[in-house]
Amino acid sequence: MFATLIEMFSYSFLVRAVVVGLLVSLCAALLGVSLVLKRYSMIGDGLSHVGFGSLAIATAIHAAPLAVSIPIVVVAAFLLLRISASSKIKGDAAIALLSTSALAIGVVIISMTTGMNTDVCNYLFGSILAMNRSDVYLSVALAAVVLTLFVLFYHKILAVTFDESFARATGVPAGAYNMLIAMLTALTITLGMRMMGALLISSLIVFPALTGMRLCKSFKSVTICAAITSAACFFLGVVGSYLYATPTGASVVLVNIALFVIFCGISVYQTKRRAMA
Amino acid sequence: MPINTLIRCRDVSYSYESAAALRGVSFDVNVGDALCVVGENGSGKSTLMTLLLGLKAPQSGSIEYGGGLRANQIGYLPQQTAAQKDFPASVREVVLSGRLSARGLRPFYTREDRASADRHMERLGITHLANRCYRELSGGQQQRTLLARALCATQSLLLLDEPVAGLDPLATNDLYQLIDSIRQEGVTIIMVSHDIQSSIRHATNILHLHCEPIFFGTVDQYIASPVGQRFLIPVPVCAADGAQLAVHAVQ
Repeated sequence: MFATLIEMFSYSFLVRAVVVGLLVSLCAALLGVSLVLKRYSMIGDGLSHVGFGSLAIATAIHAAPLAVSIPIVVVAAFLLLRISASSKIKGDAAIALLSTSALAIGVVIISMTTGMNTDVCNYLFGSILAMNRSDVYLSVALAAVVLTLFVLFYHKILAVTFDESFARATGVPAGAYNMLIAMLTALTITLGMRMMGALLISSLIVFPALTGMRLCKSFKSVTICAAITSAACFFLGVVGSYLYATPTGASVVLVNIALFVIFCGISVYQTKRRAMA
Repeated sequence: MPINTLIRCRDVSYSYESAAALRGVSFDVNVGDALCVVGENGSGKSTLMTLLLGLKAPQSGSIEYGGGLRANQIGYLPQQTAAQKDFPASVREVVLSGRLSARGLRPFYTREDRASADRHMERLGITHLANRCYRELSGGQQQRTLLARALCATQSLLLLDEPVAGLDPLATNDLYQLIDSIRQEGVTIIMVSHDIQSSIRHATNILHLHCEPIFFGTVDQYIASPVGQRFLIPVPVCAADGAQLAVHAVQ
């Protein structure tokens, strides 16, 4: 086992991928708890599709992928919240609208420039080779920002997530916090997308939060549990994908599914036992 | 403005894109009052709430706060949303979040905040639930938790939005008694309700809205007024139903 790990980490691209992946999973899990509870889970999915479109644009104009996609995805996050708030088009419909449009634009751009090749497959399902040195620096910076903001605003995020109208009434600018969470989500998704894949990255947002909610009874414990399970699942997924030569993104999701099922089982068992007692 | 007036509304109007939601609403809330705002759906009750909480500004007219009260110091009990009912937070976490308005930009709660939360949980008899998960509580216990949170946010005024909606009769009665005792401890109460019959038993003043205020005065005046008579004894659908409702109103 240790020999395998040492062998794995002798590849510098794998070290980079694990560092970026762990930090991205951590951020996604923290943001995910709030998003899932606010019924905004699909935001992650919508933004990752926009990310796909922006990667296509970046390839077409031969620009650095992050330099193009970060601003585009952040703007999309901003638009999503604005559209949902204006209530002319409901949140879920707005997300479906945005994500399919972005996907369509992306596919058309790719077919007009490079053609449908393995690049497209990598964008959609992720590639462990995608992380370079600047991604590592960026993800460390992002993780630092997300963790700091999350700790500083933890109580306000809890209040806004639990009850937006009460939070507003007590003078908490709920709209600003929603925006902050959406922006950080956009950054997390853009960073993690090329490794996890545009179609799979939102699993990092949804699974850890839901897994934590099976067993934990307080917001704090759900958050901590989500962060730990997210990082652990990512690591196990990467090791699994190395051992069995499976795609990284999908392997990480499989580990997440397994843990979710286990937690569900324990939760059902606990409920039954309590009912019997 | 008299010293014991907490809120003074004068000629307040608010309209959405097409329709007017409130027109020319004027009333005073004095210290120790229990004002019940009644009216049908779409009569502007919720709009009045958002105006009182300072979430929107009235398009004309004025709302003044007295007695050192600010809009963000009103203890607010909103209606529960579907998302809240299965929210994984402990009772203590929920109650503590009521202290946020006093927190300002400071990120963490102080010992004083925690003491205040403990005190209000004690007051509402939910101390033993402090570490329980909110989603596992009964409807009545959830309302108590939210009421404790609202009390954490205020010294003087509670604003309750349909506090007994969705509660069974026993829990409803329980909550009304709790609200009565909170008022006796000197907290002024504004309550929005569909349930005219029982609200008048727990209110001192009534504001009956139908976009415009069609009645504002004390409960006794309301019962004697033509508006009150009409709403307290509804037009019978059939003779037996009508008799029953009339008996209920008299009780």
